[in-house]
Amino acid sequence: MSVKKFMYINRKPPYGTVYALEALEVVLIGAAFDQDVSLAFIGDGVYELTKGQNTDAIGQKNFSPTYTALGDYDVKKLYVEKESLEERGLTLDDLQHLVWEDEDDDWAEKDSIHLVSRAEMADVLDDQDIILSF
Amino acid sequence: MASIDVNGKQIEVDEEGYLSNLNDWEPAVAEVMAKAEDTELTDAHWDIINFLREYYEEYQIAPAVRVLTKAVGKRLGKDKGNSKYLYELFPYGPGKQACKYAGLPKPTGCV
Amino acid sequence: MALLHTVNKSPFESNTFNTCLGLAKQGSTILLIEDGVYAATTGHSVAEKIKNASGITFAVLGPDLQARGLESKLADDIKVIDYDGFVNMVVEHDSVQSWL
Repeated sequence: MSVKKFMYINRKPPYGTVYALEALEVVLIGAAFDQDVSLAFIGDGVYELTKGQNTDAIGQKNFSPTYTALGDYDVKKLYVEKESLEERGLTLDDLQHLVWEDEDDDWAEKDSIHLVSRAEMADVLDDQDIILSF
Repeated sequence: MASIDVNGKQIEVDEEGYLSNLNDWEPAVAEVMAKAEDTELTDAHWDIINFLREYYEEYQIAPAVRVLTKAVGKRLGKDKGNSKYLYELFPYGPGKQACKYAGLPKPTGCV
Repeated sequence: MALLHTVNKSPFESNTFNTCLGLAKQGSTILLIEDGVYAATTGHSVAEKIKNASGITFAVLGPDLQARGLESKLADDIKVIDYDGFVNMVVEHDSVQSWL
């Protein structure tokens, strides 16, 4: 089976609706198929990655730690749109630091998050074989 | 709702035998589940069960078998981080069986 | 007639907050809940609108803000309340308009 480029687009914030969690679960399930997977965080989707989430008081599961497991699943490319962050008063420092470990490089930690401009994001999308939208 | 008897205490499980509530877990739960499947838990089993519980605590998911295998290899050594070793310990599948004993939900993506 | 408005949608993906702000009179309160709490942070165009809206009290539901990891980004002059505070706020106002 040939490897295809799969892109999952995340456009919803967490907790208010179930989209963000559903997207994450689909990504984890899809990771079993050894495809070339990447994630895009656009618009309110960037809120999925904020650090310091604490859901104790709202009685929902805090699934933000699961993003840190994506590297284990060989999901190493998380594209975050720069303009979306700026429009919301956020910077990269407000997001979790997500890494993957390179087995071929003595488990060196490498950044998973790639900050890209809107124009660069358009190119990334244009380059995919299959796009799934959440 | 189904339940299992752990030292006289009724603990709720789902239709496939996984704990309904993660917080109900104690080591005796794993012992009871293993006994029901004619499995004797050795230190080698406990290494994996404890590893899975730590993994869940950190990432809030039960890892897929492939991920478990890789992570065990890194943490407990290459001789243990392979599917032959893990399937010998958990013949019903390291993902399904070990996660069940550890009180975790069925791994995401496992059918 | 003091009205309590609640907004549960992100101001960046829905027009709900703008509609509410346009119809909120002086003396009323706008309470941000669920995905509406994103309006309560600093450094964006919506924060400016809140700052310029005189005579309206803004509040945010703390548990929803904490869930989203945004406590440190909270704008000044927005009151943080918990669930008990929410109940009190409903009682203190004449009626409640939930913008959906």
